[in-house]
Amino acid sequence: MIINHPILGPRDAQEFVYLGDANLINRPDGTTAGIEAFHDYLYNRDNPAGEHRELWYHEQGDRSWLVVTRNTVTHEITKVELARDVAKAQGRSK
Amino acid sequence: MANQWNALTALGHDTAEVVQIGPYRIAERFDVALASLAMRRGQDKAFAAAAKKAGVPLPGASTHEAGKVFGAFWATPEMWFVEADFATHEDIVAALKPAFGEAASITEQTDAWVRFDVSGEGLVAVFERLSNLDLATLPDGFASRTVMEHLGVYLIRHSATSVTLYGPRSSAQGLLHALEVTAKSVI
Amino acid sequence: MSQSNRISGGQIDRSKTFRFSFDGHVYTGHPGDTLASALLANGVRLMGRSFKYHRPRGPISAGSEEPNALVQLRSGARQEPNTRATVAELFDGLEATSQNAWPSLKLDAMAVNDRLNTFFTAGFYYKTFMWPAAFWEKVYEPIIRRAAGLGSLTKEEDPDEYDKGFAHCDLLVIGAGPAGLMAALTAGRAGARVILADEDFRMGGRLNAESFEVGGQAGADWAAAAVAELASLPNVRLMNRTTIVGAFDHGIYSAVERVSDHLAVPAAGKPRQTLWRIYSKRAILAGGATERPIAFENNDRPGVMLAGALRAYGNRWGVAAGDRVTVFTNNDDGLRTARDLQAKGVDVAAVIDSRTGGELLPGIRHLQGAQVVDSSGRLGLKSITVRTANGKTETIACTALGVSGGWNPNVNITSHHRSRPEWREDIAAFVPGAGGPANLVAAGAAGGNMSTHGALASGQAQALAALESLGISATAGDLPRAEDAPIAISPLWYVHEGKGRAWIDPQNDVTVKDVKLAHKENFTSVEHLKRYTTLGMATDQGKTGNVLGLAVMAELTGQSIPATGTTIYRPPYTPVAMGTLAGRSRGKEFKPFRLTPSHKWASEQGGIFVEVGNWLRLQWLPKPGETTWRESVDREVLATRKSVGICDVTTLGKIDIQGTDAGAFLDRVYSNTFSTLAVGKCRYGLMLREDGMVFDDGTTARMGEHEYVMTTTTANAVTVFRHLEYCRQCLWPDMDVQLISTTEAWAQFSVAGPNARKVLQKIVDQDISDAAFPYMGAGNITIQGQRGRLFRISFSGELAYEIAVPTRYGDALIRKLVAAGAEFDAVVYGTEALGVMRIEKGHVAGGELNGQSTALNMGLGKMVSKKKDSIGMVLSQREGMNRDDGYRLVGVKPVDPKASISAGSHFMEIGAPVELASDGGWLTSKVYSPHLRSDIALGYLKAGDQKIGRRMRAVNFLTKTDTEVEIVSPHFFDPEGERLRG
Repeated sequence: MIINHPILGPRDAQEFVYLGDANLINRPDGTTAGIEAFHDYLYNRDNPAGEHRELWYHEQGDRSWLVVTRNTVTHEITKVELARDVAKAQGRSK
Repeated sequence: MANQWNALTALGHDTAEVVQIGPYRIAERFDVALASLAMRRGQDKAFAAAAKKAGVPLPGASTHEAGKVFGAFWATPEMWFVEADFATHEDIVAALKPAFGEAASITEQTDAWVRFDVSGEGLVAVFERLSNLDLATLPDGFASRTVMEHLGVYLIRHSATSVTLYGPRSSAQGLLHALEVTAKSVI
Repeated sequence: MSQSNRISGGQIDRSKTFRFSFDGHVYTGHPGDTLASALLANGVRLMGRSFKYHRPRGPISAGSEEPNALVQLRSGARQEPNTRATVAELFDGLEATSQNAWPSLKLDAMAVNDRLNTFFTAGFYYKTFMWPAAFWEKVYEPIIRRAAGLGSLTKEEDPDEYDKGFAHCDLLVIGAGPAGLMAALTAGRAGARVILADEDFRMGGRLNAESFEVGGQAGADWAAAAVAELASLPNVRLMNRTTIVGAFDHGIYSAVERVSDHLAVPAAGKPRQTLWRIYSKRAILAGGATERPIAFENNDRPGVMLAGALRAYGNRWGVAAGDRVTVFTNNDDGLRTARDLQAKGVDVAAVIDSRTGGELLPGIRHLQGAQVVDSSGRLGLKSITVRTANGKTETIACTALGVSGGWNPNVNITSHHRSRPEWREDIAAFVPGAGGPANLVAAGAAGGNMSTHGALASGQAQALAALESLGISATAGDLPRAEDAPIAISPLWYVHEGKGRAWIDPQNDVTVKDVKLAHKENFTSVEHLKRYTTLGMATDQGKTGNVLGLAVMAELTGQSIPATGTTIYRPPYTPVAMGTLAGRSRGKEFKPFRLTPSHKWASEQGGIFVEVGNWLRLQWLPKPGETTWRESVDREVLATRKSVGICDVTTLGKIDIQGTDAGAFLDRVYSNTFSTLAVGKCRYGLMLREDGMVFDDGTTARMGEHEYVMTTTTANAVTVFRHLEYCRQCLWPDMDVQLISTTEAWAQFSVAGPNARKVLQKIVDQDISDAAFPYMGAGNITIQGQRGRLFRISFSGELAYEIAVPTRYGDALIRKLVAAGAEFDAVVYGTEALGVMRIEKGHVAGGELNGQSTALNMGLGKMVSKKKDSIGMVLSQREGMNRDDGYRLVGVKPVDPKASISAGSHFMEIGAPVELASDGGWLTSKVYSPHLRSDIALGYLKAGDQKIGRRMRAVNFLTKTDTEVEIVSPHFFDPEGERLRG
């Protein structure tokens, strides 16, 4: 597979480590959210046959975490973003 | 003698090793000091100004830039590796810190890496067996981390006949071995 | 017998002669020969035995699709089974032997299976070996394993090297026949970066095997000229002997280059094979087509082969596979075989054409509307029996029969992403379907363009289309003139006459009868048909037989072929040696070793090393006279606790964490608090996963206001760093935190024991008295003028420090420490002594940090602060993880100090039955403690904190031990930690 890194351009997937659903970015605040909310966050994932947003880490590259939009059926990758940008756009800060 | 500190190269010798295989010269470099230089959040202006004043180039992504005293290559967003002459900049953090102050996080990296300068005609034949990077079409000054024989290695292309590698110091022998067997297989 | 069947012509170098052997007989051949062509030239038709019935077999093809002529090449460590003689390039001294035959190829005892064939029908295994179930493992499987199987592996280590490589191109052209050459020429002339790969050692594809002209010259000559032009273009890479074995995502193809298979022994330093990963922007499959047979009774005798192969042996290799040949065809292509062989002076006895009204070749007897219904000849073809149009049978003597049932485009690679081939009625064959690998198109026969002109034209057109899509301008040059004959096929799949067996898949001995039986037993879908009969499951993966088999099924079910469907293909296209996939990553070179800064010194001292991850760490350092490892380890432990010991701890992960939010960041990733840690101090940190399980632990020091140094376990150095980057980028993207690994930048040694300070003070320039450098202190120091770091931390439970210098000075530092320690009888200890001392102190490590344990399990529940948010804090509070009767870390020792216990043992109450219901937990780590003069262990025991002092049993089924033990506190040694602060 080739992942089109938003900064570095196309890179071989062998340089990356896969984590999973990009929804992991949406971690609840541990000071206010309870066990139920964390349970949903950690364990309840969609498993679509089709478009999926997922986290990849460029471990043997620039160490950027990426949000890769990949079709799980065809493996077509339609979008690659820096996870930090996605997180900030989703309102995450400190 | 008691206060003498004998330094060992990454390959475990007193002096840097040079191997010649056909047209390929693989030279260990032991004379370069290295530090990571990361911009602190929100310090863009102060950081850029300090770099300019200190003469530290801040090349863009996938790029290496040589300078008068300091060279640098891009590592990750807002972080660079800075190179300097070891003889004069052994404590490279101490050399950089006054310029950057609290605008940067600076960490000594000199001995985290083994450096090999590989040169000779036909380097593509060697590196296409080691790395997925397309050395033949990369521009001069290209610098990127990639994976070579399981090792995370920074590859800098100076020219079609000259490449620098920074690999993990503890695996220096493994990286040299990979370079040697590969060079032998293509000559 | 010296190449008695060699005729004129061919692309072999007759000026040189190779000697080679097959089953001990020595023969001769020429450069350019394959093993099969050379054997046929020498009149050898019998080359193997079939898998199930042990029927005598010869080659049916002249290429990689070969199901029959499988031989063992070479001997000794280089012996390689199941090599297709049809693609084995001849070299001087080549040594080949037959396989699957005993005592000899001509007299094979297992051929008795052939007489028992009525038992060995489709579904034989499923039906016969079903019952009784208990017989399967002990009786049936060993019998089957002995009887089945083809060649045998050498048991010696492969002496050859295998390499890997990465190649890049704009356009990958797969196959160098007329379509591939034309595509490569078009793209190469336009300046595109082209890789042209072909599995053959000679490029040209069918042009080498045919007699017709291209562009006014012999096809093979045109091909040679095209290859020469391509070789002159710097932007074109020619890769012969290279098979594209798989299509992967995003334009990546894997290719096996047989660098040295055509040599007796690879040249020094050269690999035998190279596995290439080819990155392409566009790809053209020009892999040609494979001829298929027509099934008739006894169609598997040596001498019966595909018509195109018979012709190829004549045209390319100058070999008449028989002195008197016949042809059986349902299409015009079969006629070419008769024409070409006749032109070469071979006696063509007859053409049996199942069609009527076709072309009649002058000087050749034609039987139109006729079919071959049987053959004879035990070890090789002697005659065929023909049913003529008027219903009579006639026997025709011949030693070779070329059969043509039409050609199947080689769609294989287009199916690698599960695209299903589509049926094209006009050529009676499957062509690539929709949904294949992106940016891969087919040209030439692979795409159903069955004439030479069609191949050249489609190769050019597909290349132009690919170039246009890449924005590379190109011009369509003149196409060389070439034949453009229709294939004129009238499908005939199998001859209905006869009660005997008509082979479809000769390697797996699948016959028309088996397909009929599968149909009768309702295994009619193609996927069922395949598995029930084993059709296409042999090493050739059904390249010649699959379409034939499903066509027979279509006929039986009364469905059309497209309605019946086809199985699809997976990588690899042809078999790949395991060594090729492993590349250089085997044995000692499986992964690169990591060496510690004291490795050179420890090697000089005769140290024993152990692999810890990729690190080689000192395990123990024997002294002269010590005969067992325990002697050395006990000495190292006792000496350290008595005086002082030195240990290289460089392997622990070190991460430099800086930034104005560094403290707040650590509070989030550690379950305990670090933002309040004073500068110049360090603290033990516990890191959880989000699910509340313990992830890692280590000490982290605050070196400055905004500067921390974290240590991780050796094993988790990489994953912790990854996790921290994840937290920094994905969870709290605005935190001002910068991370960099410094694991390798510093050589770090633990100096532990009551005299640790005395040793260090000899070389450290600053005052390190307890007052000046208290317990858990950390700071920058100088050591005889050298920059360094000092941390007062302990894993051993002793007064201990970790001292660090830049790695290049690590060797010097270990020598200085040893010298400074000499007056205190300092020892250097390894990982075994380290393990003993940490278990004596009840510190958790690998066995306890198993990814399934909570802080509470480890007795560290209080370290999880609930006053702040941190990873894993919330879910660590789940009810099931906080049960009073959950696992707790305990110490364990045998009641009898002489008894031994083993890690992995399970706790059970004394008197309880030894069964799962009695399981109370398990021993995680065990050592011998020289202080307690007994085995001691750590373990997880249900409600263990309430069972201190109780006696239980430690039962281990693997070591077959059952030992009475006492449950004790995990802190075996100095439980109050007084020595730490000394």
